[in-house]
Amino acid sequence: MKKFITLCCACAAMLMLLTAPVASAKELSGKLEIFSWWAGDEGPALQALIDQYKAANPKVEVVNATVTGGSGVNAKAVLKTRMLGGEPPDSFQVHAGQELIGTWVKADRMEDLTFLFKEQGWEKVFPAGLVKQIGTDKGIWSVPVNIHRSNVVWYVPENLKKWGIAAPASWDEFFAAAEVLKAKGIVPLALAENWTINHLWESVALSAIGVENWEALWSGKLAFDSQAGVKAWQLFGKVLEYTNKDAASLSWQQATDMVVDGRAAFNIMGDWAAGYMTTTKKLVPGKDFGWAASPGTGGKFMFLADSFGLPKGAPNRDNVIAWLTLLGSREGSDAFNPLKGSISARTDSDLTKYNVYGQSAAADFSKDLIVGSLAHGVSANEGFMNDFASVMEMFLKSRDAMAAAKAAQQIAVKNGIGK
Amino acid sequence: MRNHDRIKALCTLSPSIILIGIFVYGFIGNTFWISLTDWGGVASLAENPVKNFTGFGNYTELFAGFLGGSFRQDLVNAVYYSVSLLAGAIGIGLFLAVLLDNKPVGEAFFRTVFLYPMSLSFIVTGTIWRWMLSPQGGVNILPTYVGLDPLQFRWLSSTEAVMEFDWQNLLQIALYILAAVLIIWGLWQVKQQPRRAMSRLLVPGVVLGGGAWLGGDILPKALFMEEMHGFNLATLGIIMATVWQYSGYTMALYLAGFTGISQDLRDAAMLDGASSASYYRHIALPMVKPITISAVIILSHISLKMFDLIFAMTGPDNGSTGHPALNMYLTTFRANEFSRGAAIAIILFLIAATFIIPYLISSYRQRRIR
Amino acid sequence: MKRKITLSTIVFYAALILLAMAYLLPAYLTVITSLKAPVDISLPRSWEFPSTLNLSSFGDAFDLLRPNIVNSLILTVCATFFSTVLGSLNGYVFAKWRFPGSEILFTLFLFGMFIPYQVVLIPLFHTLRAMHLYGGLPGLILAHVVYGLPITSLIFRNFYAQIPDSLMESATLDGAGFFSIYTRIIFPLSIPGFVVTSLWQFTQIWNEFLWGICLTRHSANPITVGLANIMAALPVLLIYILLGRYFIRGLLAGSVKE
Repeated sequence: MKKFITLCCACAAMLMLLTAPVASAKELSGKLEIFSWWAGDEGPALQALIDQYKAANPKVEVVNATVTGGSGVNAKAVLKTRMLGGEPPDSFQVHAGQELIGTWVKADRMEDLTFLFKEQGWEKVFPAGLVKQIGTDKGIWSVPVNIHRSNVVWYVPENLKKWGIAAPASWDEFFAAAEVLKAKGIVPLALAENWTINHLWESVALSAIGVENWEALWSGKLAFDSQAGVKAWQLFGKVLEYTNKDAASLSWQQATDMVVDGRAAFNIMGDWAAGYMTTTKKLVPGKDFGWAASPGTGGKFMFLADSFGLPKGAPNRDNVIAWLTLLGSREGSDAFNPLKGSISARTDSDLTKYNVYGQSAAADFSKDLIVGSLAHGVSANEGFMNDFASVMEMFLKSRDAMAAAKAAQQIAVKNGIGK
Repeated sequence: MRNHDRIKALCTLSPSIILIGIFVYGFIGNTFWISLTDWGGVASLAENPVKNFTGFGNYTELFAGFLGGSFRQDLVNAVYYSVSLLAGAIGIGLFLAVLLDNKPVGEAFFRTVFLYPMSLSFIVTGTIWRWMLSPQGGVNILPTYVGLDPLQFRWLSSTEAVMEFDWQNLLQIALYILAAVLIIWGLWQVKQQPRRAMSRLLVPGVVLGGGAWLGGDILPKALFMEEMHGFNLATLGIIMATVWQYSGYTMALYLAGFTGISQDLRDAAMLDGASSASYYRHIALPMVKPITISAVIILSHISLKMFDLIFAMTGPDNGSTGHPALNMYLTTFRANEFSRGAAIAIILFLIAATFIIPYLISSYRQRRIR
Repeated sequence: MKRKITLSTIVFYAALILLAMAYLLPAYLTVITSLKAPVDISLPRSWEFPSTLNLSSFGDAFDLLRPNIVNSLILTVCATFFSTVLGSLNGYVFAKWRFPGSEILFTLFLFGMFIPYQVVLIPLFHTLRAMHLYGGLPGLILAHVVYGLPITSLIFRNFYAQIPDSLMESATLDGAGFFSIYTRIIFPLSIPGFVVTSLWQFTQIWNEFLWGICLTRHSANPITVGLANIMAALPVLLIYILLGRYFIRGLLAGSVKE
């Protein structure tokens, strides 16, 4: 068996060697401007990709244009100004899903990449559910580089043992444990600034209404003010009772710190939290911190993905295609993701390169039901997401589930959800 | 010769006139035009986006529409925020200036301490104060070091609001404010020109106020539903950070003003038996009035552009600390509603005008005195 | 002359020292936080000294900032220079060469101060691109000069308003014209004004955050974009500590009477 794997690796290496000269036979030169908001903690992962690209195409000058801050809002402002001014970067970072389709594809600013997917055989290695999120009936519009999971609950196993509770599989279990924690003066669920509240909402809503209804919501088949929609807001209101009151003034890292320090029991956050805890806080996954699917979402994988596309009018088209080819390749993907703390979008990635958390997430990704995240641009377009922030604000003030559901329906109609 | 020089003067000014003409007024015109269209929505980022003229639809939507609620709260925030910043920075700055004007030992040291925050960028200030005001640390746990209980106030995340009003009654409130301004102005003028003050200010003020009180129910509602807005306590943290940053600047302005008052004048006042307090009240303060007006202009331009600081302190979607400048940025560049964003921008610009007016009045008065 | 220690002196100094401590608290917090290792940073212990000194954060930040420092310096120095010189000339005209409509023109200038940058982002981009200035330092310098003009003109106009007209008149009698009055009389008198405006402009431009990220490509990114970092604040902070006295003196010379 081991021999067989070695053989496979050798074959793959041979293939690499064979294809690499073909790619560089064209002798690409000139520039390649890559536009993203990956600086700081995510910088090294991007740099690993760029290094690979430079090794294969030494004559291309790679311009790594990162715009920091504001979870991508600043970067998007710069990008949009540039696109409107007719000066697109060669390739830019965009969340897979509606952030790509609703903003750029509908405005007819992207080139169809179906030819590249066919050429590289990617339609087979990327899960169909994912390809659906980056494609329309007219084509496929970007290359996904990573997968993050949104519905994860984090905790410290030792602390849970001390407090005599277990990681909850459902919200009812959570409420029971939360009462115990409250009596001990511990915050049951740590929460941070406003986008993390939207992040929590999507996990709660998914557990309240289930996968089918979740998808029906975004295809316009189920109204937000239907019974199921109201139920999601009701459950969410109840969950909020068990969160820290100072959430709005914390960053997501500080909410994670609350769990690490034992001031809170649980935190629902995307799996970049695993990266933060292992790299910055030097904790061992599985021992110093534990994880599970957020309550009521076992067997469901709510994903978000970063992807890169080819805008129409990119100044160095050939260089971009070489870049996208690298992003979609197994080598590129396995160089990038272990550093980024995400898992590969390919189903055939080399799991030995990932840590314990990454391996468990990859295993879930291949067997769970896959749904798209709202808070991170997969399920709804940017107009809806912006308005949803106001709806959330309204709900936080009034705690009126009915009114919030009605408002959500209004903004869904206004922003053409499901059209 | 004089004429020749006048032409030279105009020529010197002309590059600035052209630049400001294009970069300020040309751009404002462009933004105003965009605010009258429907540029936004799904294909707003197409190569040649469709822009249909829609008149003032964006403005009515912001002021009276269902989803304009967050903008209305931002607007209310901005008003309270500007007023508190002006009061805080000018009041504290003046107090510091009076302290330092008494020439304490180590004056240079204290001056530097009060002035240094001004050198920081808003991003830095925001990051530091976010730490300072985090409820589980920072300022709140300081009392524990002297054996007291920690403070519980949630500086940046409090959801409490004071001085709330219903947006529906906006017209009535506007009339009340107008009436109050007229009456106060009238009382101020009543000593100098009793008759004019009565007929032009006091009587109309009382009539207006009374009318608004009695006829409040007949006035058209500004909104179809009840919507409460007020002074969000969460903005206190942002106000503190800004006051910290800019009170040193107003201190420097006033200190310069006080130092400029001749020592003879001060000695004379003291000889006449004036106490320190009455010296400042009757002699020093009236002499630095023009400085207050400069400070109002400079601080209000800062408070209206407040963007980086709020972004760094509470992030983009914190409704209780929102600001129209931030809202405009998100509406334009996140939601792709370019025309709606332009409308917010124009409203901000119009608010700026209300801060320039005091300056205009004062400089007009001064010229009349000369 | 020795002051007597009275109750009021004690209260006076107590107030002064308490206020100074309040102003220094944020600086203290920043310094001790930047000396901590990332693992050590936590809210409930934010005021405590770090258990071990960790200087590596400074090295990391400096590596991130280094490529941007030169650009930021060029940008700030150039934009400060042009906007103060132009502002001084404008102030000279508005204060000493009034013409019909000059007051209105001045007010129109003032409005330029109140423009939130976000408002002009899109048209600014188009204009700079049409002028072939997008993506480099010259475009950024131009933008900063234009939007700095209102405030520099305001400060200089107020400053020059106090120079007595009689000085101007006697110079005119000596046959001096528009420019020679400026170079011989006005300019030498306005050094304190230059200190105030330059310091103001230098701070504003150095700390500018939004434009830096929007109007330049990465290779020309100013320092604040590289990292919203305390280190970027150090040069300006140093200038304030060293030149603070001149700043007050400049204000003293400039803005006593409007």
